Amino acid sequence: MQEVNKEFTPNIVAFCCNWCSYAGADLAGSSRLSYPANVKIVRVPCSCRVNPMFVLKAFQQGADGVILCGCHPGDCHYVTGNYYTRRRMALLFSFLNYMGIEKERTRVEWVSAAEGARFSAVMNDFVAQVTALGENKRLQDLRVKEE
Amino acid sequence: MSELENKIIQRAAALLTEGKVKRVVGWRKGEFIHDPSPATFETADSLKEFVYNDYCGANLSKYLVDISKKEGMTAVFLKPCDSYSFNQLIKEHRIKRENVYVIGVECQGKLAQYKLEEKGISGITAEAYDGENVVLDTLYGKETVKKSDALLDRCFSCKGKKHVVADETIVLGEPVDTTVGGRFDKVRELEAMTEEERFSFWQGQLSKCIRCNACRNVCPACSCLKCVFDNPQSGVAAKSNADSFEEQLFHIIRAFHVSGRCTDCGECSRVCPQHIPLHLLNRKFIKDIDALYGEFQAGEADEGKTPLTSYTEGDTEPNQVFNATEEK
Repeated sequence: MQEVNKEFTPNIVAFCCNWCSYAGADLAGSSRLSYPANVKIVRVPCSCRVNPMFVLKAFQQGADGVILCGCHPGDCHYVTGNYYTRRRMALLFSFLNYMGIEKERTRVEWVSAAEGARFSAVMNDFVAQVTALGENKRLQDLRVKEE
Repeated sequence: MSELENKIIQRAAALLTEGKVKRVVGWRKGEFIHDPSPATFETADSLKEFVYNDYCGANLSKYLVDISKKEGMTAVFLKPCDSYSFNQLIKEHRIKRENVYVIGVECQGKLAQYKLEEKGISGITAEAYDGENVVLDTLYGKETVKKSDALLDRCFSCKGKKHVVADETIVLGEPVDTTVGGRFDKVRELEAMTEEERFSFWQGQLSKCIRCNACRNVCPACSCLKCVFDNPQSGVAAKSNADSFEEQLFHIIRAFHVSGRCTDCGECSRVCPQHIPLHLLNRKFIKDIDALYGEFQAGEADEGKTPLTSYTEGDTEPNQVFNATEEK
C-alpha cells in the first residue's frame, strides 16, 4: 500500500484567468521555474467565468484537486469580476465541505502576471497538499474510471 | 368548514362576481382533506371546490410567474411564508405585480401528510382540534395526534405571521408559535461531524433521490425557463445508475443556484417523495451568508441586492472560509 501511495500523482485542474494568472504561469515558464506537470491549466477570460458546475465536473471527471487563480482583488481586468468569484467560491467550498468533501481539495489563489515565482510556489504547494490527501473518491464519476 | 375557510371563499366569490379579478389562485379539494392541490378558479360557481385547511402547505407564488402574464387581474392567496417567495419573484422581475391582487391568509402551521402516514394514518375525512391535539376522522376510525408531531418541518422555524406583501389580509385568530429549537440547529449538528460522517450522511440521504425533479419544479427560486438539468447533452439530465455522485451534483448545483435567493420556504422538503431533508442544503448557504456577509432574508424586500450579486472589498477569502464560518 505504501508503494502505491508513493506513486500516486494527483490530477489537478487549475482555472487561470487570462489576464493575470495565465500570464503568471507564462512568466513562470519563461523564468524556468518549475511547477508539477500534473497541473492542467484551463484558461478562462476571468475567474468569475468559473461556474460551480465546472468545479464539480472537473472532480467528476477525475480531478483530485481544483484550484482557481485570478487577479488580486482590486486588480481585475473587468474591474469587479474576482470580487464575485471570491463570494461564490467561499460559499461553494464551504458547502462542499458540508457535503463531506475534504477542504484541502479546493483552493483559490490570487496570482498576478508579475508573480511567476508565486505561481510556481502555489502550484507546488497545492500538489503536495493534494498528494498527501490521496485520490479523490467522493466526487468521482465511476463511468470515467479506468479499470 | 371553518370560519376562516368560509371567509376566504366568500372573498374570492365577491372578487370574481364583481369582475375585479378574472381568476383566483388557491387550493382545490382532493379526495380526502389531506390532499388538496393548487388550482385556478375562474367562476364563483367553481369555488365550491375551493379548500383552505391544515394541509394547504403548497406555496402558490411560483404559479404567478405564468399566470400573472395572462390578460386581466389574478387574485392569489398567500400564507405569510409564501409572501416571501412572492416578493423574491417580484424582485427578480418574474411576476407582473400590477396584474396580481394578493390576499394574505392566516396560517397556524401546516401539517405534513407524510408524517401522518408514517404513523399509519391515512384516508382522513374530517379534522377537529382538541387543545394541542388534532382529532382525525379517517376511513379506518378515529385517530388523535399531537399537532407538533405532524407539523411540516418548515413550521418549526417559522419566519413569523406577518405578510411581507399583501393588498389585504384575512387573519382571524391569534398567531400560534410553532417554533421549536433554532433554525440552524441541524446544520450545526452536521458541521460538528467529521468530513467522513458528513459524507456518509449525505450519501445516505441523496442516494434515495430518484431525480423526479419535484424539488426543482416546486421551488419558487428555481424559475429559469431553461434549466441546465434539462439539457440531454449535459450528462446530468437524468439519474445515472453508474454513479452515486450524480444526485449530489444535482443537489449541490441546485442549492448553489438558489443561494441568496432561497427564502427557506421548505417546499423542496415538503414535496420530496423520498423525504430527503433538502432544506438543510439551502440552510447551510443561508447560515454561511449570514455569517460572512451579514444577516439576509431573501424575499423580505422586493428590491435591493442579493449577497451573491454584491461584494465588499474586505470579503472573507475562500481559503479562510472554514475558520470564519465555524466560529459563528
